[in-house]
Amino acid sequence: MAAVLVAVLLPLFMDPFTTISATNIFIYIVITLSWALFSGPTQYISIATAAFFGIGIYTSALAGELMPFPLVVCLGGFASFILALLVGLSTLRLKGMYFTIFTFGLSELIRHFVLWWEVVMTGTVGRWVVSIDPVPVYYTMLVILVVTISFCFFIGRSRYGLALRSIGQSEEAADHMGVNITAIKINVFAITAFFAGATGSTMATRWTYIDPSIAFNPLFSFMPVLMAIFGGIGSITGQIIGATVLTLLADFLLTEFPYYYMLIYGIILVVVILFLPSDVVGLWDSIKKRRQKELHENT
Amino acid sequence: MSFAFYCDIAFGGLVLGGLYALIAVGLSLQYGVARVLNVSHGEFIMLGAFATYSLYTFLGINPLLSLVITGPAIYFIAFLIHRTMFNRIRKTSPTIAAFEGNSLLASFGLLFIIQNIALLGWGPDIKGFHYLSGSLKLFGTTYAINRIVALALALIAGIAFYLFLLYTHLGKAIRAAAQDRDTAQLMGVNIHKVLGFCFGLGAFMAALAGFLISMIFEITPTMGLPYTIIAIIAVVLGGLGNILGSLIGGLILGIVGNVVMCFNPALSMVAYYIIFLLLILLRPAGILGKKT
Repeated sequence: MAAVLVAVLLPLFMDPFTTISATNIFIYIVITLSWALFSGPTQYISIATAAFFGIGIYTSALAGELMPFPLVVCLGGFASFILALLVGLSTLRLKGMYFTIFTFGLSELIRHFVLWWEVVMTGTVGRWVVSIDPVPVYYTMLVILVVTISFCFFIGRSRYGLALRSIGQSEEAADHMGVNITAIKINVFAITAFFAGATGSTMATRWTYIDPSIAFNPLFSFMPVLMAIFGGIGSITGQIIGATVLTLLADFLLTEFPYYYMLIYGIILVVVILFLPSDVVGLWDSIKKRRQKELHENT
Repeated sequence: MSFAFYCDIAFGGLVLGGLYALIAVGLSLQYGVARVLNVSHGEFIMLGAFATYSLYTFLGINPLLSLVITGPAIYFIAFLIHRTMFNRIRKTSPTIAAFEGNSLLASFGLLFIIQNIALLGWGPDIKGFHYLSGSLKLFGTTYAINRIVALALALIAGIAFYLFLLYTHLGKAIRAAAQDRDTAQLMGVNIHKVLGFCFGLGAFMAALAGFLISMIFEITPTMGLPYTIIAIIAVVLGGLGNILGSLIGGLILGIVGNVVMCFNPALSMVAYYIIFLLLILLRPAGILGKKT
């Protein structure tokens, strides 16, 4: 609560640059949390975040002039929600690597399709987005952030969270225990897409110019994965810290070494995967084991 | 729509198909055997293309000759990467699924690293060179000589590789490892060596394809990812882990791609994805794979 209060009052004392950089951090926290909410416990590694994010961005570009900003954000989230629902319904049979490849193919397909559509139908590649002051954008992102964090928190402690984890450990066993795995997978996947889409809609107002390769940049699919692994899958606090640290690092690298930015990021990605004690799939298990060990030692 | 027009499409499709087949076989070796879904596969294609370009334009070395230098060099680089990176991931990952996830992410890191080093080294501009760019008239259609050479080389490489896989000791070890890694190990296959060799050979195939691409098309440091995606689609088309299937998958994809490209160039990538999404939804085991 205290943190929220500080965050609400912050723009009053901060210069615009800090507000924008704080908004940036919020964006990455939201997409990291929403990625990890589904892919962490279920072990279905999705790299479609860029698709949902980009759909939100395009909603903002198309509807930005037609309706008030908060409505645009909701609409962006809703569009992504629908897309994720369709993806969820069609990818039920896919497991493991196939799901991952499918999600990646999906975001690339949408990118190429939008590019083709823009070139053939509108004749230009890019679009303008209605620009909005940094402060309202900051507050919108703050609302989305608070909703996402509370959603992740409550899901993790509810029977849905338990069901998600049981899917990750053994889908068949979960099915036999009476968990409606299909409904849970699709619903959670679609809700996490809603957050990513709403974030995309908000982010678009800051860029003002977009084109398919900006909106569907595959980097937005990998950033949340990297940040979640870095911070720790299964721990909301860890993910928030991971996203914050890596966003600050990215901002620093982008301003100090613009030409080496992606190179350094690639090195960080490799180093994180090579040297962090846990991994995407195994991390959850090791945390659980450690907790059990602590419990044993305490009792 | 004359006979010559169809000849043209068919020939272009075969050239593209041959290239895609080589790329797909390379990825198939890396994913089917070494279990690394190497997203940086296209970067090795780019390295092969740029190495050929640089050796030809700056040192004047004949492209056909430079393959003798670049091929082994890229094989060695990839072998080292497997030894240092993917072996470590293999040792720290508890399950094969964990290894696949981690190595996928690590190879994305590799993609960013290789691509950006190339961007720093060669600059972002489109490059190309002329070699064997004459043409040959046959049955009323003109064929570019470099395309004929590329098709011939792709065919030779494909057949040579297939024979290698079928009849040599190492080829048999690779097929055994692709089918069942643990049993292969029990049968006395040095799995450690085979995995590294497969990863290196996959990169070698990529370099070979890159060399052929540099003779025909223009090249940029960011050209890799589309080829990687095409390779993934071709590998899924032929069935994961089925090396011969990848060869056929690549060929089919090249022919389809060339036909679509003749009617609407912007849609060829969309066509690949639609094939891919339909395939993965309707028949995930691939056109040659057994139903599971």
